[in-house]
Amino acid sequence: MTAVPLEYFLLLAAALFVVGSVGFLLRRNLLVLLMSIELMLNAVNLTLVAYNRSHPEGHGGQVFAFFVIAVAAAEAAVGLAIVLAFFRVRKTIRSDEADLLKN
Amino acid sequence: MNTFDLLFFGLCALFVLVGGIVTVGAKNPIRGAMGLLVTILGIAGNYLLLEAELLATMQVLVYAGAVVILFVFVIMILGPSAESARDAHSAIPRYFGAGLLIATALGALGLLLPKADAPLTVFKEAPDGFGTIEGLGRELYTKDLVPFELSGALLLVAVIGAVAVARGRQIDPTALPSAAKSKAAPKKEASAHSEAHP
Repeated sequence: MTAVPLEYFLLLAAALFVVGSVGFLLRRNLLVLLMSIELMLNAVNLTLVAYNRSHPEGHGGQVFAFFVIAVAAAEAAVGLAIVLAFFRVRKTIRSDEADLLKN
Repeated sequence: MNTFDLLFFGLCALFVLVGGIVTVGAKNPIRGAMGLLVTILGIAGNYLLLEAELLATMQVLVYAGAVVILFVFVIMILGPSAESARDAHSAIPRYFGAGLLIATALGALGLLLPKADAPLTVFKEAPDGFGTIEGLGRELYTKDLVPFELSGALLLVAVIGAVAVARGRQIDPTALPSAAKSKAAPKKEASAHSEAHP
């Protein structure tokens, strides 16, 4: 059927996860941090779907990926709302300015 | 068929990786959002290769259609302050952490790849209805009905939470000084009126 072996998908997902986590560590822009989280969630989803394809008796992986998509959408909505609220207080979206609980 | 699949996978992998790197590296968040869009399209192509047609559709609908648009809207609302300049403040620990992460990933790959002597896993033929709306929907509405309903509740709570958080502390329009004045004025008039005509 599909000529591409499972391992290629897993490698691609791992690479995407590393890119996302490096972005999360490296950047200071709250919007880019949220986008990096989306990248990591997508990488995990790709792994889930690829493993589900190699065990095609059920749809467990795809159902899980479905729920991850739902949670990611909710997370993006709430996260962006928090970014807006933070911007209203601090007039910036740099994550190292988020020290309202400090001291 | 064989080479076409491999070519399609290569194209999608290119989309995913280039989009991811653009998302992470772009100084302008609009460019980052476009990189995210490219990544999502590449992932959707991979889902198609993995015969998860419903998920590929949902990926495009939910991510490209909703999440990326939401990001773009927020960037639009923030205006020029959405872009934050790269600074040297605490740059060394950040770059050290990122470098450590990349080194760990590459090191794990380098350790594992020479030991992997098993042949690559080629997918078996998928049963009928795998990844279609019918196949996935049957499972969602029977075995996973409770989590499915709970995810609906989660989305509702997220909508309410997003509105409540983004709205912030609103000043009650009836408590504004101008509104209070205009409300108080007729009252005084009325009371004066009543005093004039007891």
